[in-house]
Amino acid sequence: MTPFLEIAVGLVLVIGSAFSLIATLGLLRLKDVYMRMHAGSKAGTLGSGLMLIALAVHTGEVDVLTRALAGVVFFLLTAPVAAHLLAKASYEVGYRPCSDTHIDEMGKRDT
Amino acid sequence: MSGLAEFSSAFLDVCVNISLAVLTVAFVLIVLRIVRGPTLPDRVVALDMLVAVGIGYIAAIGVQTDYFLYVDIAIALGLVGFLATVAFARFVLNRGLARDPTIVDEIRETELREGRSKANVAGSAAPQGEGAR
Repeated sequence: MTPFLEIAVGLVLVIGSAFSLIATLGLLRLKDVYMRMHAGSKAGTLGSGLMLIALAVHTGEVDVLTRALAGVVFFLLTAPVAAHLLAKASYEVGYRPCSDTHIDEMGKRDT
Repeated sequence: MSGLAEFSSAFLDVCVNISLAVLTVAFVLIVLRIVRGPTLPDRVVALDMLVAVGIGYIAAIGVQTDYFLYVDIAIALGLVGFLATVAFARFVLNRGLARDPTIVDEIRETELREGRSKANVAGSAAPQGEGAR
């Protein structure tokens, strides 16, 4: 492994964990479940995906690299589906967005 | 050249340790949200995020120890996290449509809080749960 690649791996690891921390801060500080979902499912997926990419670059072996990249693709595919499903379920049940949410198109529909 | 190689490996070590520390802080804060989270969907979102942080841990440990067996476990963990979130979403939907008392109480509390914050903003004695529909 060349030194420059090693430095790049370290930087991507730190950036990925920083994204995870930012997602966590969003989870803590935003106001209702829909906003928190927005922080957690986007920045969180990006954080763990970046860290897996760093792992994939760090290994020289092709099999580990393919598995790590397959993991990244898998998370990118599943995270939006899970978040959308949960948002739909909690809206359907009756959890309303907080008053900072000005546009509520589904609310207009089911009056 | 050897000086650069020494520097880069030391740099990688420092970076792995920094990212492990940051992930630990994130983990603790997510657990705080799970404990505090006012509603059930909040807790489910936080559990989903906990899985993402766990995958980050696995990647960082893999870089540190050069032991790549855990990548498979990361993929399996992601699958289990996804299925758990889907199952929780179905659970919230079913229980809520069946008017489960816990969920109904949570929704009423949310609407009460919303009514109070609206009254604070508008400065008027808004009726509680006024913006429900």
